[in-house]
Order: sequence, then structure tokens, then C-alpha cells
Amino acid sequence: MQHAWLVPLLPALAFLVIIFLTRPWQKLSALVAIAGILGAFVFAALAAYGVFTHPIFTEGSLVYGARWFSMTGLHVNVGIMLDPTSAMMIFMVSMVASLIFIYATGYMKGDPGFSVFFAYVSLFAASMLLLVLSSNLLEMFVAWELVGLCSYLLIGFYTHKISAREAAKKAFVTCRIADFGLLLGMLSLQIVFGTLDLPQLAMRIAHFHQYTTTGVLTLIAVLVFLGPIGKSGQFPLHVWLPDAMEGPTPVSALIHAATMVVAGVYLVARMLFLFSKLPAAMELVAVTGAFTALFAASIAITQREIKRILAYSTVSQLGYMMLALGVGSLSASMFHLWTHAFFKALMFMGAGSVLTALHHKADVWEMGGLVKKMPITAWTFVVGGLAIAGIPPFAGFWSKDEILASTLNSHHYVLFAMGAFTAFLTAFYMWRLIFLAFFGEENPANHPVESPWNMTVPLIILAVLATVGGWVGTPWANVWSQWIFFGEVEHAAPNYGVMIGSVILALAGIYLAYLLYYADREKVRARELARRFNGIYTLLYNKYYIDEIYLWFNHAIVDGAARLFYLFDIYVVDGIIVNGLGALTRVSGEGLRITETGRLQNYALVFFLGVLVIAIVLAFSSPSAAGLLLGGVK
Amino acid sequence: MMENSIWMVAAFYLLAAVIVVSALLVVVLKNIVHSVLWLAVCFIALAGLFLTLDADFLAAVQVLVYAGAVCIMVVFGIMLIQRGDMGKTNLFNSQTWAAGGVVALVLVVSGYLSAATHWVGTAVPVPGKTVEHIGTLLLSKYVIPFEVAALLLLVALVGAIVLAKEVKARC
Amino acid sequence: MLTLSVGLTQYMVLSAVLFGIGLFGVLSKKNAIAVLICIELMLNAVNINLVAFNKFVTPTLFIGQIFAIFVITVAAAEVGVGLAIIIAIYRNKLSVNLDDFDWLKW
Repeated sequence: MQHAWLVPLLPALAFLVIIFLTRPWQKLSALVAIAGILGAFVFAALAAYGVFTHPIFTEGSLVYGARWFSMTGLHVNVGIMLDPTSAMMIFMVSMVASLIFIYATGYMKGDPGFSVFFAYVSLFAASMLLLVLSSNLLEMFVAWELVGLCSYLLIGFYTHKISAREAAKKAFVTCRIADFGLLLGMLSLQIVFGTLDLPQLAMRIAHFHQYTTTGVLTLIAVLVFLGPIGKSGQFPLHVWLPDAMEGPTPVSALIHAATMVVAGVYLVARMLFLFSKLPAAMELVAVTGAFTALFAASIAITQREIKRILAYSTVSQLGYMMLALGVGSLSASMFHLWTHAFFKALMFMGAGSVLTALHHKADVWEMGGLVKKMPITAWTFVVGGLAIAGIPPFAGFWSKDEILASTLNSHHYVLFAMGAFTAFLTAFYMWRLIFLAFFGEENPANHPVESPWNMTVPLIILAVLATVGGWVGTPWANVWSQWIFFGEVEHAAPNYGVMIGSVILALAGIYLAYLLYYADREKVRARELARRFNGIYTLLYNKYYIDEIYLWFNHAIVDGAARLFYLFDIYVVDGIIVNGLGALTRVSGEGLRITETGRLQNYALVFFLGVLVIAIVLAFSSPSAAGLLLGGVK
Repeated sequence: MMENSIWMVAAFYLLAAVIVVSALLVVVLKNIVHSVLWLAVCFIALAGLFLTLDADFLAAVQVLVYAGAVCIMVVFGIMLIQRGDMGKTNLFNSQTWAAGGVVALVLVVSGYLSAATHWVGTAVPVPGKTVEHIGTLLLSKYVIPFEVAALLLLVALVGAIVLAKEVKARC
Repeated sequence: MLTLSVGLTQYMVLSAVLFGIGLFGVLSKKNAIAVLICIELMLNAVNINLVAFNKFVTPTLFIGQIFAIFVITVAAAEVGVGLAIIIAIYRNKLSVNLDDFDWLKW
């Protein structure tokens, strides 16, 4: 366990080796990268085993650290913090990453940037693992930014496409705006509590009234929460996630489904000792999560591109995780994070498989009946669809149920209703995708072929995980919440009402999708529906016009301000100050020039006038001065 | 300190009147030669004033140098310069009124200051035989200014000659 | 002031009046020579002051009279040089009108 620091180090080494040494040789680079991540996985598994055999709970985790730098009043440590949550995370991240690396050897085949791709994803893996293991907020922030950098590099990997470059910029800038809030929050924490070390902060915040008021701390918590809003794609900074699909599909699977986007959720989870003291902040987190879930699901039901549907689905599921944190249940949130990694990565990789087969044609309405030619892809995707819809015994059912149950138990009825409706929508849009793409009539223009082994084997492994991965957290034998929890262990009784209700909602969604997109061969009813509710349909299809609003805002405010400053510069700085000074000098010079007549008598006149003034001043001001004038006489 | 003899008082006021009137005429007249002649009158009256102040040597010097040499020199200068009719040779320029204002102010201020100040004086009379006293002083206590004054006159002489010399035309 | 006894104040007022008249002439006459003779008036006013102070304040020291002698000396030298200058200018510009001498103008 004390060697857990090797976990982020191995992929980092792989990155350096690929960049400096093995770039020209593609196969070798891939091998180095996979070796790095598999090594990390081995160590992570060992570390997780160590954590679960030695009882260490979230409150008193194991920390190994060293001093990074210190000045008067500021001491920053760097180190790793190993507790059940972080052990689970490194295990999951390294495992999913290994599978995706193997998958990528098939997907990225033939691409000229093959080696560089593996370098970037290795760096990403190293950064993500470092983020998860950080014991200090500053260290976590460094890893946070590194992860954002890798996201930028990988989204914009296809540098020849303008849309990819723009999407990369958008991702980075949106996250930057969010990170501003996070940085302010961190600085405030350092100023108020004097430390950024997570265990020490937890201790000090436990009796925070010695340091500051509830109001100020709520403000700090809100600022810190801004970071996750950007990174985890919560409303209103969700706009970068759908556009991030411009990157290669392994990137979408790894970064924007399983790992990076959950960094925001992880941060809130790590800082739960702060948030749990502030009811207002918790409400904010919960409401943001629930709203985002519903919002994204509503957009997903109209989208046409396969990866976009999956992207909005990710945003929606992240909303679920935030909701769980907001109502105080760390175990439910982390559980959903765990299962979501499996089935979302699975579905993304399945989508990648489809895209490769159809030469990157992405519109689901142009696909159809792919089950016949691509059975492995199709059936693993179906497993993923069942998992996300929440059908037992697949993984998603157990985790989503936990979230809904804890929402209900904490008396957030409105949020519960939103969560339940979102579950219905989730099942609907996902099975819409499945029915349109994989079942039904084949499109004669397509010539799909099943993908090679290095792409299908990871799919199968993930499908198995998506099935059994939820069995660690069933309500009857809840192993999960005994290890990963916050506060006290939850011994909630299984809520049969919620379980049966969610299954009914999921089946209803699937059935509705079946009616519209499978039973109806010509999709007449679907088109009828779209035409009847044209207003709502357009609104949802255009993502509530949020992107357009942001663009307008940018143009109006930023460009407007720029124009204002331009005018200010031209007229005030240039005109009044610079030119004005010049003109003033010239005019005053011309005015004063008239006194230089060149005539002696004029000068003499002024001279005598001056003497007179001096004499008057001297004579009538003070007795001593008058004495000066009159030769010592009063 | 005050002179009380009626003759001295009358002499003072008479001489003062002559001085002031002739000075005014010097300034006001439009013919420059007339101005110079009235200047001479003013100088002679001044010499008389010096006599009332018991400065007999100075009165003599005044008549000799000022009324004699200086006025004649100025007349020489005029003759060398002015051609034609002397009638309108001494006119006023454009800043006359401003000058008048300034002068009035000067008069008011200095007049007020002289009248209002409490001058401290003595009643000791001036010693007789002023020539001897002045001579002794000039060659003992004030010998340096005396010699420098001589040098000054030499310099002025040379300078005047150089300045006013005929300029030979170069071929 | 116009009292029956003559003291320092009366001589000082006379000196001031003469100085003022001379100043007026210096500032307002066109002819350069006229300016020169008005300067002489001003110098003579100063002389009156000096000699009056000599009689009424320090009669035994003769300071005022000796100072006055030197003033006369310098004034005479100054008139000589001044006239030479005016003659030199006249030769070049054919005018002694001070209004015309404005070469130091802007």
C-alpha cells in the first residue's frame, strides 16, 4: 500500500518514453502504453486489496506525504491519500483505461498520430490517477488542470478538422471559467483555515465556527462547487461535453464517460466534510444535479448522432451522481460512478465499433439492422442499454435505485420526482437509439463488418462487468456501503416500492421506444409525434438554444466592451489626453507669443509694474519686510 | 532736523516748482531741442536745491557736468541724427496711457511710504568746508571707488569712440 | 506736507515726483534720445534723495554727497556711450524711433 504512488507514476513514465523514444514505432508505442496502464492496474489492485483487508474507513484514511514547498504562513504537502473511495477509484480507472487502451489499438489503426495518441492517453491516465490519490487540494488542482490539458489535446486530436479544434477550445475555456471559481474557493480555504491538506481541513472544518461564519463558508463552498460544474458538465457549463465528441471514440469512452468528467463528482465527494456542514450548499448541489439530469435527458430524446446521444446521457447520469452527493449519500454516488463507468464506456466503445464499420457515418436514422452483421457489438450494446435503463439484475438498476431511495429518504420529494421522470426518459432515448441503429430494416448503403478481436474482447469484458458489477451493492447484502460511506454506515431497509416503481418506469420507456421505432416499420408515428409537438421538438433538438445564448452574450458583452474601450482609446486617450495636451501647448504658446513684442519700452513697463507689486507686497505685508524696503526704518 | 528759516522754505518751494515744471516740459514737448533746453533749466534748478542742502561742491559739479557737458553732448547727438524739421521729433508712443497708470501708482506708493514712515534723523549741521572733507574722504576712505570711476570713464571714452567711428566701406 | 518747515519728507516727495516724471518719459517717448534724457531725470531724482539723507541723517559722514558724485560720474559716462550707440544704430537703420526696433520679436 505504501507503494500506491507508483500507480500514477507508471503511465507517466510511459508518456515520457513514448514522446522521447518510441514515437516512430507505432506498435512499440502502443505496447509501452498498455504496459504502463496494466502495471498501474496491478498496483491499484494490490492497493485496493490492502485497503479492504486492513479496515480503514473514510474518516481516518491512510496518508503518505512529503513537504512540497513552504514559506512563512504557507506549507504545502504533497502525497497520497488511500482510503476505500480512492482505492475503488484507482482500481476502476486503471481497469477501464487498460480495456480502452487495448480497444484503441484497433480503433486508431492507420492514423498517422497513433503513437502520439497513446502518449496523450498515458499522460491522461497518470493525471487522473494522481487526482484521485491526492491528499492536498493544491496537488489535486495541478492534476485537475493536467487532466483538462489532456482533454484539450485529445478532443482536438484531429487537427485537420475545424470542428475538432473549436470543440477543444470550447472545452478548455468552459472548464477554465469553472476553475476560476475553484481556485478562488481554494484560496479562500487556505486563507480561512490555513491549510489545503485534506485530512487537516476535515479536522478544522469539523469545528469551523472558530474560523468563520456559516455564510462565508457557504460562499466558499459554492465557489469550490463551480469547478465541478464545469468539469462534470452540470448546467449551465455543460455545453462543452457534447462538442467534445469530436475527439476519437476511445477518448470519448475514457475521458468523457468513465473518468475525467467524474473528477468533479469526486472532488465534491472528497470535500463532503465541507459541504455536509452547509445545508444551503448541499441543496445547491442536489438541485443542480437533478436539474442537469432532467435537462440533458430531455435533449437526448431528439438527437440524431449516436455519440451525441451518449454524450447527453453522460451529462444526465453525472447529474444523478451530483444529486446523490447533494442528499448526503456518498455511497450511492460512488456506486453509480462505478457502474456508470462500465456501461457507458461499453456503449461508447460499441458506438466506436459501429462508426468504424460505417466509415464514421453518425446519424442513427441512416443506420438500421446492424445486429445481423455486427452481432457482438449489438448484443453488448443491448446489455449496456439494459444496465442504463435500470433493469435488474444489471448493474445500473442497483446504483440508480440507491440514488432514488436516498433522495426519497431525505425527503426531497420534488427532486425524487425529477429523478424518476429522468429514469423514464433515459430508458426511452437509449432504446430509441438501440432500435433505430441495431434493429429494424438494414440500410442498403451500409456495408458493416464486425470489428476485430482487439475491439470486441473489451466490449465483452465490459458487458460482463456491466452485468455483475452492481452485485456488490444490493440492498440485501450491501457490501459497498459498508466500505464507502460518509457519516455513518447506512443500514436502510430495501425499499421495494422504489425498486418496483423504477423497473416499471424503465419498462414503460422501453415499450414506448419499441412502439415508435420498432413496431412501426415506417416510423410514421414517430414523425407524426415530432410534427404535432413541433415547438417543443425544435427547442429540444436545438439544445434549448443555450449555445446560441452564450454566443450572443459573448458577442454583445465582450465585443461590446471591446468596442467601448476602443472608442475610449480613440476619443479620450488619444483625443483628449494626447492630442489635447499637444493642442493646449500649441495654443498657449501662440497666446503667450504676443507678449514678445521686441520693443524695449513694453518690457520696461512690465518690469516696473513688477517692481511696484513687490514693493507693495513688502511694504504692507509685515513690519520686517517693510523695514527691508525702507532701510531699517519702521 | 527741520529748516525753519522762511527764506530757506521759500527757496525750497520755488526751486521745487521750477524743477517739476521744467521736468514736465521736458517730457511733454514735441520738439526735442526744446526738451533738451528745458532739461538744462531743470539741472540748474537742481544745483540750487543742492545749495539749500549744504552741498556746495556738489552743486558746482552738477552745473559743470550736467548742465554743461551732458546737455551739450545730447545736443550734439541730436544734430548728428535728426534731419529736417525738428518740430515733430519727440512724440508719444502707443503705451502712453498704461505708462501713465504705472507712474501714478509709483507716485502714490512711494509718496505714501515717504510720508508715513517715521524717519530717524539728527539735528547736527553739515560741517563747513565740504570740499576739503570730500577731498579727504575721496582719497582715503573711498579711494578705490575713486580710481575705479576713473577707469570707468576711460572705458566709456574708448567705447564711445569705437562705436561711433566711421565705418570704412570695403571694396 | 506743505508745511512751513522743510524736512526730509518734503525732499523725498520731490524726489519721488521727479522720478515719476522721468519714468513716464522713459516708458512713453518714441525718440531714443528723449528716453536718454528722461533717464537723466531719474538719476537726478536719486541724487536729491541721497543728498537729503546726507544732510538730515548722517551729515558728518558725507556718504550721501560722495555717492551723488559717483552717480553723476557714471551718468555722464553712460550718456556718452548711449549717444554713441544711438548714432551707430541710426547709421544702419536710419531711424531713432524705438517703435521700429523690434528685431527681438517672435
